[in-house]
Amino acid sequence: MSGSSHPDTARIWDILNEIPDPEVPAISIVELGVVREVNRVEQGTEVVMTPTYSGCPAMKAMEDAVRERMKEEGIEVSIRIVYKPAWTTDWMSETTKAKLKAYGIAPPPKLTFEHLHPLSSTKGTEVKCPFCDSKQTRLTSQFGSTACKALYYCEGCQQPFEHFKCH
Amino acid sequence: MNTNDALYTYCVRLADTAVILSQRFCEWCGHGPILEEDIAMSNMGLDLIGQARGFYAYAAALENKGRSEDDIAFHRNEREFTNRCMVEQPNYDFAYTMVRSFLHGAAAYLQYRELTKSGDETVSGLAAKSLKEMTYHVRHSSEWLIRLGDGTDESKVRVQNAVDDLWQFTDELFEMDEVDQMLIRNGIACDLTQLRQEWDQMVDEVFSKAGITKPAPGGFQSKGGMKGMHSEHLGHLLSEMQFLQRAYPDAKW
Repeated sequence: MSGSSHPDTARIWDILNEIPDPEVPAISIVELGVVREVNRVEQGTEVVMTPTYSGCPAMKAMEDAVRERMKEEGIEVSIRIVYKPAWTTDWMSETTKAKLKAYGIAPPPKLTFEHLHPLSSTKGTEVKCPFCDSKQTRLTSQFGSTACKALYYCEGCQQPFEHFKCH
Repeated sequence: MNTNDALYTYCVRLADTAVILSQRFCEWCGHGPILEEDIAMSNMGLDLIGQARGFYAYAAALENKGRSEDDIAFHRNEREFTNRCMVEQPNYDFAYTMVRSFLHGAAAYLQYRELTKSGDETVSGLAAKSLKEMTYHVRHSSEWLIRLGDGTDESKVRVQNAVDDLWQFTDELFEMDEVDQMLIRNGIACDLTQLRQEWDQMVDEVFSKAGITKPAPGGFQSKGGMKGMHSEHLGHLLSEMQFLQRAYPDAKW
């Protein structure tokens, strides 16, 4: 039924799932986990989002993409930002992690005690090379091209690669 | 002062400390000792801007006078800034920047951890977000303290000098006033004095691995940032940080 101010939320989820992450276009913003809820409200539809990192510059791009895409579909949406529960890479499904790997980014492992405690080293965390699956990898920088990634080097295939950090 | 006013002040203090430290980190952009650290400090600066935006935006909403987060950040003078004085100190060198990141970061980590239990939903949400980021900021800086302290003769001297100099700003990290007291009574803020011991344990653990000597207690301690009393460095920092908004008020990207 076109023109309805209350389109099916399932359809909105489908549309949102087609919007790529601006910095890692291999996965959608839904797969990334930043879209938390789609709710029917009085003035149409509300999309609830949460940032990956507080200062992530891609957040604005994601909000704009949601607005633009919904406008194209003729759906009126408002966006509400929430901070709690804080975004975590544990919200990514195994399918999403496989997409990251196929794109050349080593996916995040499950969060462990070490990740949540500042004085525990995460150096023991195994990060497999996304290209050759070698475990002989080393961290070259905790910070990479975006807030969510670290830089690694694979001793197996002698390739540098990015790792989507556990967060 | 009612709870709303107190919470406004509390949020602006947290945001001021985050934004000023962010500005110091960002000064390294293009000047880092190695490319990876240049990126690391810019990344952490970005996290802190994000944290500051969250608390400024909430403060602006509490104040309800039509001011935006940018108005609060860019249209106040140094006497109106309420950041901890440690974060406004110049970068001097990489060791100094890392020591500050660690001393402040460990205190911020503990404070945000407690604030995740705040009775105010926005404060607890912003704290949950900030806590995750402070966790790896502290991991990053603590690893550098160990590397520098356990490094060359030159790096040992630099990291120890930084600790000796910055120590005068450590008591202030736990300073509280009537704003904190009111919000503690209302279940919104946390008692910083109760976090001091845990902070000392974190410091001792890293200093001992790094071979850094902890300054003896009883030395001079600088205080008053939360009341707008600052060192001479803040004005210079603000003149750079606020230049664009002051020269072209309401400029938009």
